[in-house]
Amino acid sequence: MKVNLRGKLLTTAACALLALSAPALGVAGDTIKFGVAGPHSGDLASYGLPSVNAAKVVIDKVNAKGGINGKKVEMLIEDDVCKPEIATNTATKLVSDGAEVVLGHICSGATKAAMPIYKNAKILVMSPSATSDELTLSGDYPNFFRTIAPNAAQSPAMIDFAVDKLGLKKIAIIHDKGDYGKPLAEGAKKYVEKTGKGQVVLFEGITPGAMDYSAIVQKIKQSGADVVVFGGYHPEASKIVTIMKKKRLKTKFVSDDGVKDDTFIKVAGDAAEGVYAAGPQDNSNNPQAAEARAEHKAKFGSDPGAFYDGAYAATVAILNAIEKSGSTKLADLKKVLETEKVATPVGNISFDKNGDAVGVGFSMYVVENGKYVVVK
Amino acid sequence: MVLLKEFKKALLTSLWFVFLTFPIVVIKVDPIERTVFWRWQNAFYMAVGTFSIYLLVKFYQHRKENQPKSSDAGENKLPISSLIHRILLNPVQRNIFIGIVAAISIVFPHIFSTYQTNVMTTALMYVVLGLGLNIVVGLAGLLDLGFVAFYAVGAYTYSLLNLHFGLGFWTVLPIGGLLAATFGILLGFPVLRLRGDYLAIVTLGFGEIIRLILENWGKFSKGPSGISNIPRPGFFGMHFNLEQSVLYTYYLMIILVIVTIFIVNRLQDSRLGRAWIALREDEIACQAMGIDKRKTKLVAFSLGAFWAGIVGVMFAAKTTFINPASFTFLESAIILSIVVLGGMGSIVGVVFGALILILLPEYLRALSEYRMLAFGAILVCMMIFRPQGLISNIRRTYKFEKKSPPPVR
Amino acid sequence: MDYFIELFFSGLTRGSIYALIALGYTMVYGIIGLINFAHGEIYMIGAFTAFIVATVLSVYGFPLVSIVIISGLAAVVWASSYGYTIEKIAYKPLRHAPRLSPLISAIGMSIFLQNYVLLAQTSDFLPFPTLFPDLEFMEPIAHIIGTTDVIILVTTIVVMVLLTLIIKFTKIGKAMRATAQDRTMATLVGINVNNVISATFIVGSGLAAIGGMLVAAHIGQINFYIGFLAGIKAFTAAVLGGIGSIPGAVLGSFVLGLTESFATGYVSSDYEDVFAFSLLVLILIFKPSGLLGRASNEKV
Repeated sequence: MKVNLRGKLLTTAACALLALSAPALGVAGDTIKFGVAGPHSGDLASYGLPSVNAAKVVIDKVNAKGGINGKKVEMLIEDDVCKPEIATNTATKLVSDGAEVVLGHICSGATKAAMPIYKNAKILVMSPSATSDELTLSGDYPNFFRTIAPNAAQSPAMIDFAVDKLGLKKIAIIHDKGDYGKPLAEGAKKYVEKTGKGQVVLFEGITPGAMDYSAIVQKIKQSGADVVVFGGYHPEASKIVTIMKKKRLKTKFVSDDGVKDDTFIKVAGDAAEGVYAAGPQDNSNNPQAAEARAEHKAKFGSDPGAFYDGAYAATVAILNAIEKSGSTKLADLKKVLETEKVATPVGNISFDKNGDAVGVGFSMYVVENGKYVVVK
Repeated sequence: MVLLKEFKKALLTSLWFVFLTFPIVVIKVDPIERTVFWRWQNAFYMAVGTFSIYLLVKFYQHRKENQPKSSDAGENKLPISSLIHRILLNPVQRNIFIGIVAAISIVFPHIFSTYQTNVMTTALMYVVLGLGLNIVVGLAGLLDLGFVAFYAVGAYTYSLLNLHFGLGFWTVLPIGGLLAATFGILLGFPVLRLRGDYLAIVTLGFGEIIRLILENWGKFSKGPSGISNIPRPGFFGMHFNLEQSVLYTYYLMIILVIVTIFIVNRLQDSRLGRAWIALREDEIACQAMGIDKRKTKLVAFSLGAFWAGIVGVMFAAKTTFINPASFTFLESAIILSIVVLGGMGSIVGVVFGALILILLPEYLRALSEYRMLAFGAILVCMMIFRPQGLISNIRRTYKFEKKSPPPVR
Repeated sequence: MDYFIELFFSGLTRGSIYALIALGYTMVYGIIGLINFAHGEIYMIGAFTAFIVATVLSVYGFPLVSIVIISGLAAVVWASSYGYTIEKIAYKPLRHAPRLSPLISAIGMSIFLQNYVLLAQTSDFLPFPTLFPDLEFMEPIAHIIGTTDVIILVTTIVVMVLLTLIIKFTKIGKAMRATAQDRTMATLVGINVNNVISATFIVGSGLAAIGGMLVAAHIGQINFYIGFLAGIKAFTAAVLGGIGSIPGAVLGSFVLGLTESFATGYVSSDYEDVFAFSLLVLILIFKPSGLLGRASNEKV
C-alpha cells in the first residue's frame, strides 16, 4: 500500500509547532496558574484522575465566584504516568508554562524525581498521596507539603492497633512491592521487632495485577497468622480478602490508607466486612467531606475515586493560602499554611514545618454493613 | 456506480463499528447504584466518525491509484526518505546537511525553553538506546525484548557506586557501560542456541528478572523506594544551577550521540558488521562461510548492551532519582519500536524513529487524556503505511558494469 | 499434605486461565508467525463486555442462569469481533512486511485498546457481579478448592476438548493445520488463507474472552489494565510449551501455573516471577523449541 505520509508529517509538524508556541502565547499574567500532575494514563491512572476531578470541582467553584483576589484560576494538567523520568519532564513543563503552585505528584517515586525541579523554581507542591518519609522528614524539600500522613506515622498505627486493640500476636505482613506499600510494610516489620510486640510470622511481597492470589492466601493460612497487615492499594487488598473469604480463612485483615477507600468496599463486597484500615481522622461528620462528595457526583455523575478527599483538601488549602497572602511566592504561602487552619474534607488542617499536615490524625476504621465506621 | 458502491461499503463498515464498540462505548453501568446509562450519542459519533474516515481512506487510495507512477517500479519510498538518501550519498550535500543539523542542535536550547531542552535530551537518550538495540536487532537480527535490563544496569551502577563509594559521573560512565556489556555476555551465553521468538521471550524474561531483583532485594538496591539525590554530571568540579545543568546535560548527550553514530557507523562497515548482517540474513550460510557464530552473536549482545549501560548512567544523572518503575517491559517495547519504525539497520532511521516516538507523546500532551490513545493509533498507522520503517537501510550494492563493447563500425 | 494439595489446586486454576489465553497466542503464532501483543487486551475486552452485559441484565432483573449464559455469549461474540477487526486493520496490510513490523503494530494496538477502554469506561476498579454462587455441597472442601476454581477447571477442560475436536475433524480445523504447516501449499490446494487467518483470530479471541470472564468472576474485579500482565504470562506459557503447538500451550500453562504456585508456597512470592522466568530459560536451554515444540530443521 502506498499512502501519503506527507500529510501525516505535516500534521505532526503542525502539532509540534502548536506545542512549541503554546508557552509563548500564555504569558498573560491575569490568571493564577494551578498545576496538576499525576498519572492520567497507564496502569496507575485510577490513582491520578480523581485528583484532577477534585481540582476541577474546587477551581470551577472558585472561578464561578469570580476567582481569587480578582484573578481566575487556570488549571495546567500534566500526565506523569507515575514514572520518575516522565515526571521530570512534566515538572519542567509545568515550570516552563508558568505554574505557580502544583497539586501532585501522586506516586512517591515520581514526586521525588520532580521535586528538585520545583525546588529550584521555588514552587509550592502539595501531594494528596505521596507518603514516603524522605519527602518531608529529610528536610530536603522545603517546598513540599502533603495532606496524607507519612509512612512513619502509619506503620506503627497499624501494628499498635492489631496487637493492642485486637490482641493478635502472630502477624503476617504482606505488601505489593510498590513504592507506597513496601516501605510501609518494612516500617511495620521494624516496629514489631523494635517493640517486641507480637511476632512476624510471614513477610512477603505480591505481584500487583496478578490474576490470582490463592497461593499466598494458602501460605498465610499455613503460617498460622492471626492477623494480616497489608501495605498497598485497594485492588490487591480486595483480591486478597475475596480469596480469603473463598478459602474460609478467618484471619483478620488490617491495612492502610490506600485501602481506606470506598472503592475497596464496592469491589470486595461481602468479603470487605470486618476489614480494618487506617485512615485520616473520621470525616463522616465533616460537612466539607459530604459536600465534596456531592459536588463530584453532580459534576461527573459518579462517586469519587482514590485520594479525592486529600486532593480536594490540598486544593482548598493552596487556594486559601494564595487568597490570604495575596501572592504565590513560596515564603508567603508557607507562612499561611503553617499558621492558619483551613476547613477541608480531611479535617481542619494546617501544616508543620516539615510540610506534613497537622490535624489529619489517624483513626482506625472497620467495614460494617458496607461502610467504613470508626472503631470505638 | 463506483461511488454508490463505496457509500454502501462505508455504511456497512460504520455499522460494524457501531456494533463493535456498542457495549464499551454506549453502555456505562454503575454496579453499586445499579444504574445503567445509555450513551446513544456516542454510537452516533462513532457511526459518523467511521463513515467519514472510511471514505477519506478510500478517497486517498483512489487518488493514489489514478496517479501516474512517477518513481521506478518497486520503489516504495517516501519523498522525504529518498531525499535524505540522496543528500547522504552526495558528499557536498551531506556536509551541508550535517552542518545544518549541527547548527540547529547547538542553538536549540538557546531558542527554546528549558522544558523543550529537557525533552530533547530525553529523546537523544533514546537515540543512543535505539542505536544500541539496532546493533542487536537491526544488524545481527536477534530479537531482544529485554533491552531495558542493560539500561537499568547502567543506571543502578552509577547510583549505587555513587551512594556507597561517592564515585563521580565521569568515573562511572565507562564502568556502567562495561558492566552492562558484561551482562550482555551473561545473557548471551545461555541463549546462543535459541532462535527467533524463543530468543525474544527469554530476553523478555531476563529483563523482568533484573527488574524484579531490583524491586525485591531492598538491601542492595533500596527496592521500590528508589535512590534519590543522585548528583548531576559535573564539569571539573564546577557547580551548576538547574538551567545550566539541563543545558550541560543536553550538550553531553549531543556529544554522546555523535560519538555513538560515528562508532556504530564504522562498526557497520567493519568485518564484524558485515558478519552481523550475514548472520541476520542466513545463519547457516553464514556458518558455512567460516564466521564464528557464537563470537559474533556475543559481541553483538555486549556491544548493544554497552550503549544501553552508558545511557543508563546518563539517565540516572539526569533524573537524579531512579526506581525500578522506569525499567518495565513497556520501555523495551518502545525502544524496539524506535528501531523498527525508523527502519531496521539504518542509523538515520533510528535517529528519526527515536525523535518521533519520544517527542510525539510530549507534544501530544495538547490532546490531554487522548494522548496515549493517539500514540497507539499513530504507531499502528505508521507501521501500516511504512512497514519497512521510515527510512529503510540502503543496501550496499555493488554493480559490475561490463565495459560496453566498442562500437562496431 | 493438605498444604501441598491446596497449592496444587491454586496452581491448576492459574494454569487453566493461562491456557485459555495462551491458546490464542499459539494458534495465531502457528498460522502467521506473529506475537500478537494485543491478545491480552482482547482478554480484557472480553471480561469488560461480560461485566457490562451481566450488570445490565442483573439491573433489569434477569435470573442468574440466563445472566451467566448471555453475558458469556456476549463476551465471546464481541471479543471475537474485536479479534477479527484488529486482524483486518492492523495485521492484514502487513502480511508481506518485514517480520517485526506486525509486532510493533500489535504493541500500538495494545496501547490503543487499553486507552480506548480507559476513556470510554473508567480508570477505576469495578466490582464484577457474582456469577457463580458457592455451592452447598462444596462447603466441606471449600478451604481447599472453591466453586469458582472447579468451574474454571471444568470449563477449561471442556473448551480444550471442543477445540481439539474442531481442529482435528472439522473442515476449518483441517484448513488451519494445513495453513500452519505451509501457507503457500495451502493456497495451492484451494484453501482461502485469509478466511483461515480470520477464523483463527475469532477462535483465539473467543477463548481469551472465556478466560477473561472466568478470572473476573473469580477475583471479583475488573479494570482496563488487567490484560497486560495476563498477556505476558500467557505468552510465556505458550513459548514454554513450544509456540505454535496447541497441546504445548496447555502443558506450558499448567507448568507455569504450578511453578508459580509452589514457588510462592514453599519459597517466597517475592520471587514468584523470577522462578517462572528462570524455569523458562532453563527449559529452553535444554529444549530450544519448548516442551512440545517441533524442532524445526532448516533445509539448506
